[in-house]
Amino acid sequence: MDVGTAIAGVLTLAVLSFLYRDNPVYKMAESLLIGVSIGYTLVVIWSSTLVDLLFRPLFLDGMLPLIIPLVLGLLMFGRFHRATSSLSRLPIAVMIGSGAGVAIPAMLDARILKQLSATVMPVLTASGIPDLSAIVIIGGVVTTLCYFYFSREHKGALGSAATVGTWFLMVFFGTTFGYTVMSRMSTFIGRMEFLLTEFLHIAN
Amino acid sequence: MNRRVALVICFGFGVVMFAQYFSKHPLARGVNQAVLEYWQIIFAFALLLGVVSFFQNNIKQIGHGSDRPYRTVSLVGLLAMPVAAVIGGIGAGSPFLWIFENVQAPMQSTVFALLAFFVASASFRGFRARSVPAAILLGAAILILLSRSAIGGPLSGWLPDTADWIRHHPSMAARRAILIGIGLGSLTTSLRVIVGIERTWLGGKK
Repeated sequence: MDVGTAIAGVLTLAVLSFLYRDNPVYKMAESLLIGVSIGYTLVVIWSSTLVDLLFRPLFLDGMLPLIIPLVLGLLMFGRFHRATSSLSRLPIAVMIGSGAGVAIPAMLDARILKQLSATVMPVLTASGIPDLSAIVIIGGVVTTLCYFYFSREHKGALGSAATVGTWFLMVFFGTTFGYTVMSRMSTFIGRMEFLLTEFLHIAN
Repeated sequence: MNRRVALVICFGFGVVMFAQYFSKHPLARGVNQAVLEYWQIIFAFALLLGVVSFFQNNIKQIGHGSDRPYRTVSLVGLLAMPVAAVIGGIGAGSPFLWIFENVQAPMQSTVFALLAFFVASASFRGFRARSVPAAILLGAAILILLSRSAIGGPLSGWLPDTADWIRHHPSMAARRAILIGIGLGSLTTSLRVIVGIERTWLGGKK
């Protein structure tokens, strides 16, 4: 067994020890995971964003407009001192403003128009038979939206539609729950397979 | 920095980025490309700020003696990755990737797998068919779990097909309604931010 597999096996067991109860071994592994994950993110950001998009084009290729994001980025560190902390609002304003400006048409297109166009479909087939699937989708979207409409009290027709909407929501939550459990179980099986075959050599 | 200046900058960038969507002019495309690139760079600095803050906070707490071993291990892990990257690069076969593959990835996937037990135990306690919505939730979850497990197919031939139909129709309908709601919410929040009604991002008490 190589050193990497041994370390991975020990750390896997350390994390799984939490199933017994919270303990120092688990806490140690958790702390190591936090530190290593932050370190990994730091390296990836440094190499893929700061070096590739900023330092190399600015200092090697002489793309002077990149001084703007460099200065804005450095202003972020103004937060460490009370006298300069308000300067960090400038880059935040740029990020928030441009993000909001980009989000409006993007949300309108992807989250509203595309979803609506996929929902509006014929409810009768070519032979004149009602298409149950289409009726379920249109009814489900309309009644679920009724449930999320809070400007009027859920009484009468709106109340009935909202109640049907909750049933559709429950189906969605149930299926999402089922898939989540299955994906976690599949990861767990993968870890067990690693422990029993590569680490402990109990199974083939 | 005056709050009003920040609001004006936010408004300006918001309007420009919104307006450029409706133009195919090379200038508009160029502005869009540049601002998105600037956005990534500033975001990277914001993450750096978080790392520095994490480092400072842990050093301070170690000095005070609280959770000293755990915080030390965190800092060792944090420093190990950049040091490994500086020494051996980040390519295939580097120490950086070795740490990622043998330390970070196994622990991450095990923590992810741990949640299976907590989700299962929470559902065992919480899933009670006391009302119609609760019964529907329970039924949909059981159906999906059975259809996606090994016994689903042998148990009944229609189980996987029914599960697929539920996923693609009633579940999809609710998902679409949620997405439309998220879209409308994001749209109004973005508008409120641009015109300066929503100011919580400025921080402070004023």
